[in-house]
Amino acid sequence: MKLKTALLGAVATVSLAPAAFADAHEGERGRDGQLNIIYWQAPSILNPYLSGGTKDLESASLVIEPLGRYDSTGAMVPYLVDEIPTVANGGVSEDLTSITWKLTEGLLWSDGTPLTSADVVFTAEYCMDPEGGCAQLSKFEGVESVEAIDELTVKVTFGAPQPNPYGPFMGGQSPIIQAAQFAECMGAKAPECTDANFGPIGTGPFVVTDFRTNDVIQLVANENYRDPNKPAFATVTFKGGGDATAAGRSVLETGEFDYAWNLQLAPDVIASMAEAGVGTPVSAFGTLVERLEMNLTDPSPSLEEGVRSTAAAPHPFLSDEAVRRALSMAIDRDLLVEVGYGQAGRPTCNLVPGPEVYASTENTGCLVQDIEGAKALLEGAGWVDSNGDGIREKDGVELRILYQTSTNAVRQDFQALIKEWWGEIGVETELRNIDASVFFGGDPGSPDTFQRFYADVEMYANNFDGTDPQAYLSAYTCDKAPKPESQWQGENINRFCDPAYDALVAELGATADQAERSRIAIELNDMLTKDTMTIVPLVDRGRVSAHANTLGGVVLNTWDSELWNAADWYRIGDNR
Amino acid sequence: MLIYTIRRLLISIPTLLFIAFVIFMLLELAPGDPMAQMPLTIPPEVKEKMRLALGLGEPWYVRFPLWLKQFFIVEPQYWIDGTFGTNFADGAQRIISFQSRSPVFETIAQRMPQTLWVVGMSYVVGVLIALPIGIISAYRQYSVFDQAGTFVSMIGFSVPPFFSGVLLIVIFSVQLKWLPSIYDTTHVVGDWDSFVFQLRQMIMPVMVLALQTTAQVSRYMRASMLDNLGQDYVRTARAKGVSESSIVMKHVLRNSMIPVVTVIALGIPTIFGGAIITEQIFKVNGLGQLLIIALQGSDIPMVMTITFLLAVLIVMMNLIADVLYGILDPRIRYD
Amino acid sequence: MTDTTMTATAVEKPRNKWWDVWAQFRTHKGAVAGLAFLVFITLFVTVGPVLWDVDPGKLNIRNKDVRPIYMVIFDGDAKVSWGNPMGTDNLGRDIMANIMAGGRVSLAVGWTAMILAVFIGTLIGVFAGYFKRLDGLLMRFTDLVLALPLLPLLLVMMLLFRDPLRATFGPENGIFILIVTGIGITSWMQTARIVRGDVMALKEREFVLAARSIGTPARRMITRHLLPNVMSPIMVSATLGLATAIITESALSFLGLGFPSDFPTWGKILFDSVDRMTAFPERVIWPGLAISLTVLAVNYIGDGLRDALDPRIRGH
Repeated sequence: MKLKTALLGAVATVSLAPAAFADAHEGERGRDGQLNIIYWQAPSILNPYLSGGTKDLESASLVIEPLGRYDSTGAMVPYLVDEIPTVANGGVSEDLTSITWKLTEGLLWSDGTPLTSADVVFTAEYCMDPEGGCAQLSKFEGVESVEAIDELTVKVTFGAPQPNPYGPFMGGQSPIIQAAQFAECMGAKAPECTDANFGPIGTGPFVVTDFRTNDVIQLVANENYRDPNKPAFATVTFKGGGDATAAGRSVLETGEFDYAWNLQLAPDVIASMAEAGVGTPVSAFGTLVERLEMNLTDPSPSLEEGVRSTAAAPHPFLSDEAVRRALSMAIDRDLLVEVGYGQAGRPTCNLVPGPEVYASTENTGCLVQDIEGAKALLEGAGWVDSNGDGIREKDGVELRILYQTSTNAVRQDFQALIKEWWGEIGVETELRNIDASVFFGGDPGSPDTFQRFYADVEMYANNFDGTDPQAYLSAYTCDKAPKPESQWQGENINRFCDPAYDALVAELGATADQAERSRIAIELNDMLTKDTMTIVPLVDRGRVSAHANTLGGVVLNTWDSELWNAADWYRIGDNR
Repeated sequence: MLIYTIRRLLISIPTLLFIAFVIFMLLELAPGDPMAQMPLTIPPEVKEKMRLALGLGEPWYVRFPLWLKQFFIVEPQYWIDGTFGTNFADGAQRIISFQSRSPVFETIAQRMPQTLWVVGMSYVVGVLIALPIGIISAYRQYSVFDQAGTFVSMIGFSVPPFFSGVLLIVIFSVQLKWLPSIYDTTHVVGDWDSFVFQLRQMIMPVMVLALQTTAQVSRYMRASMLDNLGQDYVRTARAKGVSESSIVMKHVLRNSMIPVVTVIALGIPTIFGGAIITEQIFKVNGLGQLLIIALQGSDIPMVMTITFLLAVLIVMMNLIADVLYGILDPRIRYD
Repeated sequence: MTDTTMTATAVEKPRNKWWDVWAQFRTHKGAVAGLAFLVFITLFVTVGPVLWDVDPGKLNIRNKDVRPIYMVIFDGDAKVSWGNPMGTDNLGRDIMANIMAGGRVSLAVGWTAMILAVFIGTLIGVFAGYFKRLDGLLMRFTDLVLALPLLPLLLVMMLLFRDPLRATFGPENGIFILIVTGIGITSWMQTARIVRGDVMALKEREFVLAARSIGTPARRMITRHLLPNVMSPIMVSATLGLATAIITESALSFLGLGFPSDFPTWGKILFDSVDRMTAFPERVIWPGLAISLTVLAVNYIGDGLRDALDPRIRGH
């Protein structure tokens, strides 16, 4: 039995659950009045194709919808179609080169016009326009053509067999936009359509009435929404801006808002806010992993540009696997979770912590801190403190590490803790924190970007969209190493290079069988983590959001937009 | 004086163009990337295409003149079209923000009401409180009033808004639940009730900001008054039997105003630069928040336009201050 | 109050001018208290760490969130320890050691940046006000610096100078120089405009005209006649500047441009503790009080100095 089909079989049962859930709160549309949502990052635009920012994507998910979404377990749920196409139901061709979606009959846009296959085809053309600079282009990778078979049927054809054909039109990243509204906005003209970008016509539960960029959005219930009894709320205010503390306070302490997104706060701060009893923090796990990346190349400033931090200069001590392993062993991941994430984190040794089918269950060796073991390992590899200054050295190379990350309170606490532990095993650490807009930027002129990696170790978090890790694991092939010739672009931050790994990645791309895919993905994960310690995962980071105690129906979802089921939300304790 | 003013206005044109150029080059040099806030799941090649779509593929010597053209020709055309219903602009490309892909000037206009209500009001309130405090503190130097004024203003100035603002929220919003902690920018003042709501939501940010202004202006007012109170002309006036109020309010005050005018003139552009931290804490989302978000997102057109408008204000306000010097003290001559 | 000082000094014999200044200064209670506090806080942050020998960066996670010792009075069950009289933070670092270490950096940054700003400001202000030919150029330059956005400016400075400074002076001193210079060169403009305004007015006063008519050279004119008369606004700029520099430093580390995270400063301790203000008020009160009282002390010393340096008040 293929695991994928088993996964999809579960979809049917899961998708029924929300409906049953909502039964107890049936009623007419708009019965519960006003809903207040706060995101401490303010949405700039409601067109996910022009901005990949999470804040923009999630706010847009109240208005525009994809054909199907991932639910809180990572399973696929049909939204604008009757069922998710699979090989089993004939929606995906046997050779995996095409997928055929059938829209549900009778769906209307919020302006009353019918949703047709032409809109879906248009959405693909809009994003794939070479001049548009579409942020979600990778969702359409490998797509050869998107054609309308009839009014309600769309066929996506891929150039090569696609083991995961759910890139286009699936998940919050690629919702359907209305052809009539965006027809004049193709390619280079995309940014000129301010009205459309700020108020897209959609099929979702709400309609934009006022959009103020980077500030606030006002919405009302969509009169043409497919379920006549939804949404329960008549109006929505979506406020943006401020900081996570203030957002948490407004939901958990003052009760001014009903829902606050992504409270990146220390666990004790959230706990003390929750004591007020007005709201409840909720958490869920996805694939976001906070990790240490080891630089396998030499970032020493004494090297000339062009050699520094490239494969031409191997790292003086991090190229020694024993050192990398010792650094990992010295870390107490349980304590990091306790200090930084609380209920929203769990220690991990995996780069791919989920979904379950892809998680390497045997990779747990790093979970127990072992300072003595780390010392012995270094000792055995010849790294000893011969001059008594507390820092180990070998052949005149001292273990001095420059450890950088982006500016963020939790990350700075982690830096302090890890520096302490490394000090205990005889490694000296210099800390550096860099403004996130510089660190995560791709400015080839800046020495402080995470791709350029002018440091020995760096820490950040990364994840993958949806449930398939193929693209994520493919990032560590030799050719993806950032180097001066590629303007320092590339995702293989560590400059990891192993032909065996590259071969395995190629094999993953050609394998359709789910069990086989899982096996290969887990092997790739292990190669990067426990086998070589190139990437040292620290914490599997969940998402913490908070909702008011009077807000019902919230199901926190990390595989799609958090507001994925806002249509099902309702007010608890109303007299109606 | 008139000739001087005209000459200064003419000089401001090349000055401002030069300032624009320096700001542009500064932003160009600064490390930063409009793609930095995109999730890491977007692959680098897609990000590169997005950068090209933003026009970042062109070199600076193409983009700077383009911005100048858009700022000085296209935007006024749109403004005229909007006012008189003409069509000069004819669909020309306006200055477009990288983040929202919408015209920069529309966003700035959207931010004006809350900026003026909160930051502008706090400045007016701050100055209006500061002047009498400064005058009385100087006239009754080392009285209880002066000591209290000094104490409060120095404490007020040295406590950063990221602390005092949160403290106010914890007391008045969380504990007492009297005031809202989040500013509603969509609120429209139409009747008495809505006006009261507006007052309630602006009182905390106005207090935090006014404290800073009051502290600063009152210290300069006091110091300058003290200098002048000890001057010979005051003794002479007293000897001649001029009334105390006339001495203080007419002679001393007028002569003491030069530093105060300077400080106030320097402060006005900062109103429009916004109070970044205070706006952030109270979610006022005015120009300050717009500027900081644009800076963090490397939204060059937005940063460039806002800072240039500020530069215009700075140059104009300093010119006004210089003209006022001449009026306050006719001995100052510029010719 | 002018009368009392007159009688106090009139009976003394004529002597050194600076002795007079000190005598006058001593009569100003606020100034003496301010000076005493400043000496105390300077000793606290410099000699303190010698007596209180605890590493501010030392983590002790099992011993986190210890309350200050005086909490026993309000709550017998409070978690306190004589080993950490001011308590510990959320990672178990000793707060007293952090306040000492932080104070050293904050005071150093505050004083250096303020002196730099006041020096540049006064220099430019006096030159622009006194020499008409320089006025246009210097004031347009001031307009330019006023218009520059601080954040990108600092980012560019970081980009250009961080690595060379780090190589020359080490990571900590390098970043110190960078921050002090950054704050200093972006906060002199107000002083410059104020000094210039006052100098322009003073230049037309009778005593200056008189001095000029006897051929006093420009240098002496500035140092003897103009500078002493613009002392009080400079003094106000200096006190306000000290507060601004200390707070700006904390804003910089918030933006990721300041000191590394294991390098405490008062502003940063305050900033990091705001989230836990209700549960652990001591963590905001101590650094907040330290900043405020230092600024207040400097302000009173400034007041006292101004009175003491003013010959009209000193009674000569």
